[in-house]
This record gives sequence, structure tokens and C-alpha cells, in this order.
Amino acid sequence: MSDLKITKLDKYYGTNHVVKGIDLEIPAGEFTILVGQSGCGKSTLLRTIAGLETADGGSIEIGGERVNDLPPRDRDIAMVFQNYALYPYMKVRDNIAFGLRARRTPKAEIGPKVQRAAKMLAIEHLLDRYPRQLSGGQLQRVAIGRAVVRNARLYLFDEPLSNLDAQLRDEMRGEIKRLHQELGKTMIYVTHDQIEAMTMADRIVLLREGRIEQQGAPLELYERPATKYVAGFLGSPSMNFIPCTLSVAEDYGTVMLPDGVTLSLPPSRVAALAPFRDRSLLLGIRPEHLSRATGEHRRGLAEIEVITDLVQPTGSRTYATFRLGGVEAVAELQSHDVSQPGERLKLFADMNRAVLIDAATERVVGNG
Amino acid sequence: MKRSANLRLALRYLGALVLTVFFLFPIYWLFMISFKTADEIYAFPPVWWPETMQWDNYIVLFRDGDATTVLNSFIVAGASTVLAMFLGTICAYSIARFRTGGDNLANWILSQRMVPPVAVVFPIFLLYVWFGIVDTYLGLILLYTAFNLPYVIWMMRGYILDIPLALEESALVDGCSRWQVIWKVVFPMCRAGLFATAIFTFVFAWNDFIFALVLTRTEITTYTVQVTHYFGGQSNFWSKISAMSVLGTVPVFIVVGFMQRYLVRGISLGAVKG
Repeated sequence: MSDLKITKLDKYYGTNHVVKGIDLEIPAGEFTILVGQSGCGKSTLLRTIAGLETADGGSIEIGGERVNDLPPRDRDIAMVFQNYALYPYMKVRDNIAFGLRARRTPKAEIGPKVQRAAKMLAIEHLLDRYPRQLSGGQLQRVAIGRAVVRNARLYLFDEPLSNLDAQLRDEMRGEIKRLHQELGKTMIYVTHDQIEAMTMADRIVLLREGRIEQQGAPLELYERPATKYVAGFLGSPSMNFIPCTLSVAEDYGTVMLPDGVTLSLPPSRVAALAPFRDRSLLLGIRPEHLSRATGEHRRGLAEIEVITDLVQPTGSRTYATFRLGGVEAVAELQSHDVSQPGERLKLFADMNRAVLIDAATERVVGNG
Repeated sequence: MKRSANLRLALRYLGALVLTVFFLFPIYWLFMISFKTADEIYAFPPVWWPETMQWDNYIVLFRDGDATTVLNSFIVAGASTVLAMFLGTICAYSIARFRTGGDNLANWILSQRMVPPVAVVFPIFLLYVWFGIVDTYLGLILLYTAFNLPYVIWMMRGYILDIPLALEESALVDGCSRWQVIWKVVFPMCRAGLFATAIFTFVFAWNDFIFALVLTRTEITTYTVQVTHYFGGQSNFWSKISAMSVLGTVPVFIVVGFMQRYLVRGISLGAVKG
């Protein structure tokens, strides 16, 4: 049973087509993250689900009921906003109770419900304060409290963590995910941050220019991207894209880069890739799939030699930047694999994990 | 170091004192005249403090019923303020949030306020004769409401635009209707602005002379018109004039003083962490 079903949804702002015929079904209890660059329509999609924007075409069903023409308050949703949206003239307690009062919840039930929500978010000691007396992280907890206190069918989050500093964001990420596990409610969460999407989602819906580019479990998208856009969007530092051509003879295939470097493909992948020989392709390889070449040479590892331009240690890993096939590429190495720019390095490229992309269509080819 | 700081403070107090005296003096003089005898009023050098307080100046106003004109002013100004504030705020909300009338309606509305009252007062008089509402509460209340609406709409539109949209959207999602949003979010959020606008609206109606002069006769004369009745051909009744003026001033002090509490509270409550 799906909690939310969207069919051919269209939304225009003036002549600007923002949401372009989106179909989306979200099963009950799932944590779905809508992710994409700013302007991709993710917030508009969320706001249309909430009823804060009207759909210009298609239908939205919540719990099997078409809600296109229902006002937000009749859609059985709760929403957390980016700027917290707390009422400055009300104490935290009244802010949390606001939705319950607006829905005429019996007075006797309101107190205990507010207490329970506050306890869940560890803000019991803040209940009698005003929002202006709270820090950013506390404000966001209250905002979340105001949503969870209501027993809604659907919980919507519109970039709730983007105003917090990095450390608080990490903390709240875990907290929201735990909250989802505790409540077991259907949640839809909008963010432009791919790390939030990867770490929190049961399912990622990646939007681009008003359309769904790809959707699936985080690791599924990460490991089997359907397009160059998805491959480049997820992962940090992002995937390296190097122009190349493919040559195949019998069951032996190699990828040739513009600077003459050739990398051989694992035999298991050759058959699927064969139709794309002699096409203009891009080799997509993630920084962590380039590693320092050590003695043993496993199957599917292709050796390359590069000269580092830039070395960026992060502590746990070190990023080395170099030119490969005429473009800049990054490898994510062990902390002490490389120490300074100008160093000559032998790397293994894991060709089992690399993807090949048709440069014309930007679609990943020969995958599965 | 400390001496110069003390000196600066002393000078500042002195400056404040001079300004206070400067601005309070006319009010003091008005009050004093209202308690003087005719001789004291014309005396030179001026009498700073009357020998005995002439309460008769006031008693006669109440005895003759002249004082009820203050009540008339209060009814007319109060009712028109409430009406203009209510209608103006919901109209401003519509313009601010739904872009009613596009980009220019708000400017057009404000332009209505630029019409000089004297230019429209006689056409309105003829209209009122036609409707039979000359010298009625209804007539004046409608007029002041209409005249204040542009100001209220313009001011409240600005205050409403300052309210973060997410606050209203959050209330809509949480279970409020539009009316509830206005009542529970918009009004409290712009309370300081509401009271400030209401004060100006009230004072405009309270101080109006020309409309009240033309559109009233005997039934609902306002105090501003009543004051002029004491200017005679041969002599002016200065004690009556000043006593009536005091009666007309005090309610405004009270109203503004009462609203100021909310004004200050509203401002401090509006302090939102960004």
C-alpha cells in the first residue's frame, strides 16, 4: 500500500515549467529523499504535495485519496520548514501544541502529547522559553517537534538542516533518521546535499530540471548510476569523467584515453560493451576506485602512471589531483600514499567499478 | 576622564529638559487658561498659575451638554478606526499574499489618500443629503473609514510583507484556515504595526474638522466643530475654548498611552532571531 502516489504531475510558474510530468509512488513507512541542484523542482514538488502550491496537471493521492483540490490542512500532513517557522510570540510549548489546538484536539490530550514529543527530541527543558532564546539547533528540534507531535500520515521536510553548521547538521541527520525508525512514518525529505541524501534515505529520488533522473536505494544509485548526471551528483569528490574510445576484439576489450593510455576491461564486461565500440565515450571512475598500485595485480585492475598536481590530505584519506587523458582527475588514496605535488605515482584503476558513458546521450552504457 | 563624562551627562540632561519644557509649554498653557478667569486670561504680565481653579469653566460645558461632543468624536473616531483597521488589514493581506490587483493596485489605493479633503467634501455632502445620512453617526463613520482605508491598507501591506511566508504556510499545514491564519499568525506578528496604524487612524478622525463641519449640524457635532462655536462676533469665550480643547485632548492622551504599552511590547516580541 502506497502512502503517496503522484501521477503525471505538472507545475508551472508563469511560463516556467518547473515540474514536468512526474510519476512517483512512495510506499508506507519509507524515508524518501528528493535531491537535486537548486532549481530542479524538488521544493516545488514537495510544496505541491503539501498543497501550498496548486498542481497544474496530473494527480496527487495521499492514502488512496485524490487530494489535488484539498487545502493543506485536509491532507493529513505535517511539514518542517527550512527557516523553522516558529511563532516568535509563543513559548516553545505553545508552538508545539499549535497544530493540535488548530485541529481541536481535546485539551487533556495536548499536554501529554507535547511532553512526549519534547522528550523524544530532548527539548523538555526548553518548553517554557521563547524561540528567540534558543540556538539554531534547538530551534530546529522544536520545529521537528511541532511536526511529530501530530499523528500525520505524511511528514514533509523542506531542507530542514541547511541553516545549521556542519557539526550540528551531522548530529541532526542521525537524529532525524532515528526518529523515522521510531515512528515508522512515511517521510519525504528535500535536500540539495548529496551526503544527507546518501546517509538518510531509504530511497533517493534524484531530480533534474523538473524530471526524475533516477530513483532507487542510495547505494544502488551510487554504484549503478543510469546517467552521467547521477554519477557525477552522488559522491564527493565527484566521479572523474575522462573522454575515451573503446576497442573490442573477441573477448578482449580496452579503453583508450586521448593521451594514449590504454586500460583493459575485465572480460566479463566486454560482451555488454561491445555494441558501443568506436563510439565517443566517457570513462567514469570514482576517486576511491583509483588506488596506489602495489605488487599484486588483481583481475580488472588497470595500471596507470600519473604525476600529481595537487595533494589534499583530509586526515583519514588524501586526495591527489592529476591530469589523465587530457582532463583533471582525482584519486582518493591512503593518507600516506602521496606526500607532495610533482610526485610520480602508479595507480590501479578498478575497471570492475568504472562506468562507460555515451558522450552524446550522457547515458551509462553496457551496465548489467 | 570621569569628570568629562559627568559633564557630558549633565549637558545631555539639560538639553532634554529644555526640549521637554519647549514642547510641554503649550499644553501647560492650554490647561492653565482653562482654569482662569477672564481677567487672568488677558492679564499682563501673564498669570502663570490661577489664583483659584475655575472649575466652572468645565461645569458649564457639562451642564449645557457641550461636553457630549467629545463623546460624539469618540464614537465616530473609535468606530471608524475599528472598521478601517479590520477592512484595511484583510484587504492588505489579500494584496500582499495573493497579489490582488497586480503590481499597481496598492499604489492606486494610496493615491486616493492624496485627494485634499476640501476638494471632495461638497460633492460628498450632496451625496449624503441624497442618502439622508447628514448629521448621523453612520455618515461620519463611513466617511472616516473610507478616508483612512488607503492609509491602513498601505501600512498594513508593508507589515504583512515583512512576515515570513513560512509562518503562514506552517499554520496552513498544521490545520488552520486562511481566516485562522490571519487571526492567529498575521495579527500577532504585526501587532506593533496594527497599533501604530490604529493610532494614526484614530487621531486623523479625532482631529478632523472640515468633514465634521460640513456633514454635521446639531445631532452629532464633534468637539472640533464645537470649539469653533465659542468664537463670537464681538468676543471669544477663551475659557470655554480652552476647557473644550482640554476635554478634546485628554482622550487622545489616554488612547495613545493605552496603545503604547502594546506598541512597545509588540516591538520587543517581534525580535526574531534570523
